[in-house]
Order: sequence, then C-alpha cells, then structure tokens
Amino acid sequence: MENDNKKVVIELNNVKRDFIVGSETVHALRGISFKIYEGEFVTIMGTSGSGKSTLLNQLGCLDTPSSGEYYLDGTSVRTMSKSQRARLRNRKIGFVFQNYNLLAKTTAVENVELPLMYNSDYNARQRREAAVAALEAVGLGNRLDHKSNQMSGGQMQRVAIARALVNNPAVILADEATGNLDTRTSFEMLVLFQKLHAEGRTIIFVTHNPEIAQYSSRNIMLRDGKIREDVINHNILSAAEALARLPLPQDD
Amino acid sequence: MNFTNLIKVALKAIANNKFRSFLSMLGIIIGVAAVIIMMAIGQGSKESVRNTISQMGTNIIMIRPGADMRGGVRQDPSAMQTLKLEDYEAIRKEAKFITYVSPEVSSSGQCIYGANNTATSIYGENPDYLGIKQWTVEDGEMFTEEDIRKSAKVCVIGKTVADELFPNGGDPIGKTIRFKSIPFRVIGLLKSKGYNSFGMDQDNLIIAPYTTVMKRIQAQTYLNSINCSAITEELTEEAIEELTAILRTSHKLKEDADDDFTIRSQQEMMETMSSTMDTITIILVVAAAFSLLVAGIGIMNIMLVSVTERTKEIGLRMSVGARGIDISNQFLIESIMISITGGVLGICVGYLVTLICGSVFNLPTSIPMWSIVVSFIVCTIIGIGFGYFPARKAALMDPIEAIRYE
Repeated sequence: MENDNKKVVIELNNVKRDFIVGSETVHALRGISFKIYEGEFVTIMGTSGSGKSTLLNQLGCLDTPSSGEYYLDGTSVRTMSKSQRARLRNRKIGFVFQNYNLLAKTTAVENVELPLMYNSDYNARQRREAAVAALEAVGLGNRLDHKSNQMSGGQMQRVAIARALVNNPAVILADEATGNLDTRTSFEMLVLFQKLHAEGRTIIFVTHNPEIAQYSSRNIMLRDGKIREDVINHNILSAAEALARLPLPQDD
Repeated sequence: MNFTNLIKVALKAIANNKFRSFLSMLGIIIGVAAVIIMMAIGQGSKESVRNTISQMGTNIIMIRPGADMRGGVRQDPSAMQTLKLEDYEAIRKEAKFITYVSPEVSSSGQCIYGANNTATSIYGENPDYLGIKQWTVEDGEMFTEEDIRKSAKVCVIGKTVADELFPNGGDPIGKTIRFKSIPFRVIGLLKSKGYNSFGMDQDNLIIAPYTTVMKRIQAQTYLNSINCSAITEELTEEAIEELTAILRTSHKLKEDADDDFTIRSQQEMMETMSSTMDTITIILVVAAAFSLLVAGIGIMNIMLVSVTERTKEIGLRMSVGARGIDISNQFLIESIMISITGGVLGICVGYLVTLICGSVFNLPTSIPMWSIVVSFIVCTIIGIGFGYFPARKAALMDPIEAIRYE
C-alpha cells in the first residue's frame, strides 16, 4: 500500500459492538478492521442501520468496543475510563456535528475556545489566540464576536469546524457535516474540508450521501455492521471547481 | 476546568437566563431577609430588656421570706413572716460582699394632697435603697438614719406621684401629703426613671423610713423583703452564699432543714428573661429558616429544569473533553452563585427592613454580626446541597445520547 511509510492515526482491530435490547442482542458492529493514516480524507458511508453511527461513536471515543481493539494515535481506547476518554477527546479529536451544536447566545470566539476551556495547558490569552487563528483558518476572521444566533447555517458550521481545529487534533470527525446545508453551502464546506486535507489534516467524514465520496481520498462502505468496500479514490474531484459550476442563486 | 473558567461559565449561564435566575434567587432573598429581620428583632428586644434590668442595677440581690416550695404547694411569700429586723441587722454587721442593704416594708394605697389624690405604693426603706436601685434625689434630700431612729413622718416621692398631687407644677418639697391618712412631709423628689420595658411606671412610688411604715402604717414587726447590692456583679454568687449562711444562722436552721427564705439576684432574673427572649427568637428564626429550605428546593427545581434543557450543551461539552466532574462542578457553581447572590441581596434587604422597622415602628432592633455570617454559610450549604442532585444528574449523562437530544 502507498501509505506504508506514513503514521497510523487510527487502527481498528476486529472491533465488535453489541447492544442488548430487551432480550435480544443487536450486533451493531460485527468485526471491523482498518487503519487510517495521517493526512487521509476518509468518507465512511452506509445506509441507516449499517452501523456507521456506532462506528463514529467508537472512533470518537464516546463509546468502547465490546471486543476488539481500537488504537487512537497509538493508545488503546478499550480499557480507558470515562475521564481518560474525555481527556483523549479533548486532545486528539475534533468533532463537527450535523446541527453545528454551538452554544446559544455565545460569540464565535467563545464557541471555538470551548475545547480549550477543558485543557489546563492554555491560559485565557492563549485560548483566545488559538481560537482567533482557527476562525481565520475557516474564513471567519471578520466575524469573531458575532453571536451564534446572528449567523447563517454555513457560518455556524464554519465556527463548528474552527472549534474542531482549535485543539490541533489528530483526527477531525465530521458527522453528516453538510446534512443541514443547501447544495451551495455544502460545497463551500467541502472546499474547506479539502483545504484542510491539503494542509495535511486527517479527516473522517461520516455521511449517507454517496456524492461526497468523490471529493475524499478514500471511501469505506458499511453494511450490516461490516465493511463492504474500502477503496482509495485516485481521482479526487475538486470541490472548488464543482462550486464554480453551480448556477448562482437568482436572488443573489 | 479551572475555577476562573467555572465562574465565567456559571455567570454566563445565569446571565442567559436572568429572569429565571432572579426568581430562584428571590426565594433565597426573602428567606435570608426574614431570618435577619427575626434575629434583629429578637436580639433587639433582648438587649432592651437587659438594659431595663441593668438600669435597675445588675448587682441587686432580693431576699424574700419563705421557700419557693413547701410540701409541694407554693406558699404566698408575703403571708410568711420569717424575715425580721434582726436578719437585716445581722446582714449589715456581717456581710462582706454587700455594699448596700435595706429592709423593705411596702404597702399600696391612696395618697392625698388637698383636692388631689392618686393610687400609689409606699416603700419603707433606709437611705441605702437609693444606692441599690440607683435612684437619685433631684430636688430636696433623702431622709437620714436619724429620721429612721425617730420613725419620722418624712418621705421622698417619685415624679408621677408629684405630678398627680401637684398638677399645677407646685413645689412638693416641704408640703405634707397623706398616705392612708398618715401625714408625711415631702423632703425630696426622685429623678424620673420613666417606664421600664415591661410597661411599669417606675416613678409611681413613695419612699419613707422603714420604721415609720412598719409602725405607723402596717403595724407589723416582720419585713416584706430585704434588698442588697453585691460589691460587683461578678461577686453576686459569693454574696448570695454569704447571705444564705448569715440568714440560716440567724434563723437557727438545722443542717438538714430547708431555707425559709428565698434569695434572688437581678442577674438571675436577667438570665431568665434573656433565655425567654432567646426561645422566642429561636422560634421566629426557625420559621424563617423554613422559607430558606423552600427556597433551596426552588433552586433545585430550576436547576433540574436547566439541566434537562441544556442536555445538548452538556453532550457537546462532554464530546469536546469535559469530564463528569467538570460538568457537575459547572452546575454546582451555578447553583452556589445563585444562592450566594440571593444571600447577599437578602442580607441587604434584611438590613434595610430592620432599619425601617427600627425607625418607623420604633421596634428595638440589633443585627448580630454572626447572623450575617451564618446566613452566608447557610446559603452556600443550600447551593451545594440542592445543587448536588441536578449536578450529578448532568454529570452522569451519556454524551452520545445527550448530543443527539432534541
């Protein structure tokens, strides 16, 4: 494989996750194994019920496997306590959610500062500097003190992406990050993700929209808790070009 | 999350819900204010009673005939005639812890001067009485030992008696008034003491030599009581012991016999009064404290609503790295801040209302410093106590479910 000399960020080794619902055991993940290398832009796709949410929770250290091993940046997550996983999320993971999840009545900078509030290595000044830098990186350098309710969906998602970047994570986990946005704004987000990818960030994008796979470097398909397909995309489309081809909105 | 950040987050949450936070504070404000006011009124009344008693003299010791109980039946002390003049003389000769001692024979009746009359009491005393009760003669002079030896029909009168008998501002000194038809020449006017806090007019009295009252009015050989004053308030206990010993010897009581007299000190009275006032204060404060408890439950209720409402926020905070303890601290600090702010405002409101009560309704009030400290501590405890359950509920949330909560 072409990635052999790169650093492994995520390694899943026959990960299984069972839920007990009433008297039945539901096998949400039936033995998943893959490695994700530094600098990859991976889409994880699957229909609802394919186990992609469960897999996302595993990758995000919000949950632990029933069996199998998960190494995030070389650390085994399975045996970690809740607090240890909280710390791990704080340092290694940046989440981007479908519905932005910004704090209400709170400015962009304060929202982006949030993860660093739980990191005692940062003081107030360093926190603000890091937040401003992250907002500039997503193109919101001029909207630092706008409150969440004064922003459009696209702007809110940019703030959310900045929040995911601010702790300089090992991996950015995006959960249907374009799900609530119109086509044009979705492409703007993809442009941003591709830019981050180009800068060497590792991104995992969970979605049920097959179109997005064309813009990522690798695509993992899930079905019934198993990997059905894991392919490298050699022909990555440019989201910027796609955006340029989109017809301009009439009322703009 | 460090403490400064926790405070910032809590302040922000309170600011985001100003009206709601104010309403939950209101309970605490009212509760604390009520406690402060009740304590202030209780303490104020207590001090006013103490002042009244200490105005009468804190080192006074009263000896009355008869024991408190005899055969389980309380006797009427004035019907008993165990106190004699010999007792008084023995005390006068032997007692070392006593500055003043005066026998007392008293009677109530009508006093007449010309066309005016008034109902009053006459006290047969010796000149020491002024020192014991802290009276001063404003006009004229006190009678002397010489007057006592001669059973002279002279007296000093209180201001009320003077006002009643000499309504047109005439000078009573040198005039002869009649008490139960016995003529007394007024030789002195006592300086007014006014009403005491039990509502008694302290100026409605006549003081005459005890010999005169015993022989000419009462025709009795026993004393109604003996009043003494200890050298200092601190020596009251010793003085009582000494008096007991003297009286037991004088009455020739056997070793195992009960005292046939009762000795009471003003100090004792003061303590009884104080403890009565304390009981009343405690009852008032406990009632007020219940409103604080209710306020605490109010805070808990609001915090529970707030936790549920902010489930998504909790989920988000957890996914970006907040541990359970960070979340529970956040909500604890919030509830502590609400209750402490409420407490501080309550102290201010209580203080203001107390001042108003004091000046408008003329209530004796005094805010004890410790009541402020205690209110403050209680508020903190309420904040922690009633914030704990909601905070724990928040901390135990599952981030996966919380973040998807709608």
